[in-house]
Amino acid sequence: MLNWSNFVSQLINGLALGALLALISSGLTIIYGTLGVLNLAHGAMFMLGGYAGYAAWEATHSFTVAVISGALALMVFGLVMERVVIRYFYGRPHEDQLLVTFGLAMVIVEAVRFFYGSETRLVPAPDVLNGVVSLGFMIYPKYRLVLVGIVAAALLALFIVLYRTRLGMIVRAGIEDPVMVDSLGIDVYRVFMVVFGIGAMAAGFAGIVNAPVVSLTPEVGEAILVQTFVVVVIGGVGSFPGAVLGGLIAGEIISITSMVNPGYAYVMLFAAMTLVLMVRPHGLLGTPGRE
Amino acid sequence: MSSWRPPGRRSPYLVEIVTAACLIAAPFVLPYLGSAPNTVNRILVWGLFGIGFDILFGYTGLLSFGQSALYGTGGFVAAYLLTRTGFHHVTTALVIGMVAAAFVGYLVGLVALRRTGIYFAMITVAIAEVFFFVEFNPLADWTGGENGLPGVPTPSFDLGFTKLDFTTGWSLYPYLAFWFFVGIVIGLRIVRSPVGAIFRAIRENPLRAAAVGHSIHGYKLTAFVVAAAYAGFAGGLLGVMQAFMPPDAFMFDTSGQLVMQTAIGGQGTLFGPLVGAAVWLFLQDFLQATLKLGATWKLVLGLVFVLLVCFLRQGIIGGLRDLVRLVGHKKGPVVEPAQPAPVHHAPNPPIPMRGRRRTTEHGEGPILQATGLSKHYGGVIANADISFAVNRGEIRGIIGPNGAGKSTFFKMLTCEVHPTSGKIVFEGRDITGMSVTDVCQLGLTKSYQVNQLFNRLTVRENVTVAALGYLRGKFRLDLLRSMSSVPGLEDQVEHTLGLVGLLARRDVPVAELAYGEKRRLEIALALASSPTLLLLDEPLAGMSPSERVETVRLLKSIALGRTMIVIDHDMDAIFELAGRITVLQEGRVLVEGSPEEIRGDARVQEAYLGGMDEAA
Repeated sequence: MLNWSNFVSQLINGLALGALLALISSGLTIIYGTLGVLNLAHGAMFMLGGYAGYAAWEATHSFTVAVISGALALMVFGLVMERVVIRYFYGRPHEDQLLVTFGLAMVIVEAVRFFYGSETRLVPAPDVLNGVVSLGFMIYPKYRLVLVGIVAAALLALFIVLYRTRLGMIVRAGIEDPVMVDSLGIDVYRVFMVVFGIGAMAAGFAGIVNAPVVSLTPEVGEAILVQTFVVVVIGGVGSFPGAVLGGLIAGEIISITSMVNPGYAYVMLFAAMTLVLMVRPHGLLGTPGRE
Repeated sequence: MSSWRPPGRRSPYLVEIVTAACLIAAPFVLPYLGSAPNTVNRILVWGLFGIGFDILFGYTGLLSFGQSALYGTGGFVAAYLLTRTGFHHVTTALVIGMVAAAFVGYLVGLVALRRTGIYFAMITVAIAEVFFFVEFNPLADWTGGENGLPGVPTPSFDLGFTKLDFTTGWSLYPYLAFWFFVGIVIGLRIVRSPVGAIFRAIRENPLRAAAVGHSIHGYKLTAFVVAAAYAGFAGGLLGVMQAFMPPDAFMFDTSGQLVMQTAIGGQGTLFGPLVGAAVWLFLQDFLQATLKLGATWKLVLGLVFVLLVCFLRQGIIGGLRDLVRLVGHKKGPVVEPAQPAPVHHAPNPPIPMRGRRRTTEHGEGPILQATGLSKHYGGVIANADISFAVNRGEIRGIIGPNGAGKSTFFKMLTCEVHPTSGKIVFEGRDITGMSVTDVCQLGLTKSYQVNQLFNRLTVRENVTVAALGYLRGKFRLDLLRSMSSVPGLEDQVEHTLGLVGLLARRDVPVAELAYGEKRRLEIALALASSPTLLLLDEPLAGMSPSERVETVRLLKSIALGRTMIVIDHDMDAIFELAGRITVLQEGRVLVEGSPEEIRGDARVQEAYLGGMDEAA
């Protein structure tokens, strides 16, 4: 039924999903922008963050510990993955980078399946955040509202790191002109490693905070990865603001279409992407050149 | 990197004959090795699916993760016809499915090919996912949704005197093997055709492929549609093989498995996907059934795949080929070291190749005229208000200190970059805003300051690609034509190689050439498209003094019958070659005149030595 409160609640759902996509996409886009590697394992990292948090929750039954563990575990995972595999692919063609990260995604998914099986797992939100809030004319699940806030805070933190720190300056400069940054005597490899870690952490954090909303399965990352790609194409590769804008657009498109007919959510998303490609081939906030 | 071979070196149909023999022998041999017929059949379907994908990925360099969309489309169109409409002719249904997939591939390609590189990969991932959801939901009434379409019939042919029934297992094998064979024969023709050569050129260097006059968008779309057709037909066969069209044909995993199998088997070989599928399916059976690993088989395969990508990138076929080469080198006679052959001096120097003749001769007047040409990059002004005219048959030199905007100026003349303002007229035609491909087709091209070659192709293949641009035009779909039947190709290639002295090195891959040879090949690529106006951007850069002398001689010999504009920092060479010289400074024309005038011009000396006064 199409009615007012339903519509508003879908708008908020869209906002929550959009913020989440924005966070994951920022991770993907800064990795690509800085390292020049499109990480096809990004969706698997999102999923892994969820499971890492789930493991911590199982041990402690504390949601806070779960979130911190999920994010930190993925930061470490990202640092290791960059050091052990990705580093050897900077000098190789894009196709090789795609193939190896695709293979790693499969390994991550199947490893999680090996340990946790295929059945769904749920990390419950802390009691204070459970239940619903009344917005006057409608009620809405409390945690989902809080989720928007949490993810917005994470995005803000990422923004501060990218735009207010020395590391962020180097990363942004690297997106513009990696050769120049290298010749300025900055150890780009260390920067690359840290950037990959931060990108992985963003995905992992998103994975665990989303776990109370959508229960975990080993495949949960695949759909997210596809949506993330659409976000990045819409927003423009390498652009943090583009990822945020693209994320919000994609989130709303999915939510609003789902209200009418969930089957068309992807069709509409794809239509939006095609439209952007026709009108602004480099994405809404992207610049030509980085490809 | 398989390459087309000069005719006569070995039987031209060797690969086809061996393939046919293996396909015929398989049902007699494989059962003794413990192969289940259904596994063999599945390998054939994956192999056929993969031929098209390899043309797209291995030959053209476009890594698509969206092939499941086309596999599913072809499969479901065929299965729908056979199960829901009372249509009974299996093969015709498969062909209709193939055509439908090719058509959908064309539409999808129009979107996906708007971008290259990782964008292309991301868009194809999205496409795969969209098709999966569309099949599952909006089109569930036609596709059976998550149930798929059961009851797909198997083919049977009434030959009058007997009836041929292909049912399942080894009984279906001949039908699948026949179509795999047809697929390989067509695939081999495509990769040996002029289009196949251009596919490889696009993989190696799309920028240069466009600059020698090929419509790379058209050819990429062609590769995409060919891959879609193969996918569609294979999808139909999947339904026939299983007597059921499964919805998971549309799943992203299908695309992923195809990509991985191709990489495992070896891309750019056409047979790689078949080999990869065999490894994949046998390993799956082995890990699941023999080692009782259950679902963990995918984890093992994933690890194997990652290791393969890290350490054996050319896949199994590529690895075997390297091994054979290694063994062959050790046993065989000492291969002469790859040292540069001296520039070839035939007793009778080859007749210089003339520029193409135009039907619309303009006789008098400038061949190229630029007026008010400016190029701004943001606030940076690279060129400002350049007016410039070159007469037919002239050799014009362009000099200027570093940063004078010479290369930007050249890029504007060849339409690689478009001017911020101004107009360029070539042979009486306004070419401002045209593409570099169209301009090359009109007879204007350039050799690059930094070599833009097709690195993994041989010298001959490089020049062939450029000559094809001239001989075949911008776009032509002669997918099944053999290279030797392109009129004039052999002559054009031999002649060009003779001119630049690379005849003796024709079968050497570019990567093994010495620097000076690469520079000459760079010029040969421009020359092979028979330009009436040839632009040379620092042709002498990085050459030794003796190479410079040779190259100046070469440039003089190719100047007959065409107009040339040469940028170089070698003043002696420019003063020797050029009839007139234009001096650029800070993006503007400083002065223009004969070599003598330029030599004596105070402003030119000031430009080169300038700033001394201020510094002092």
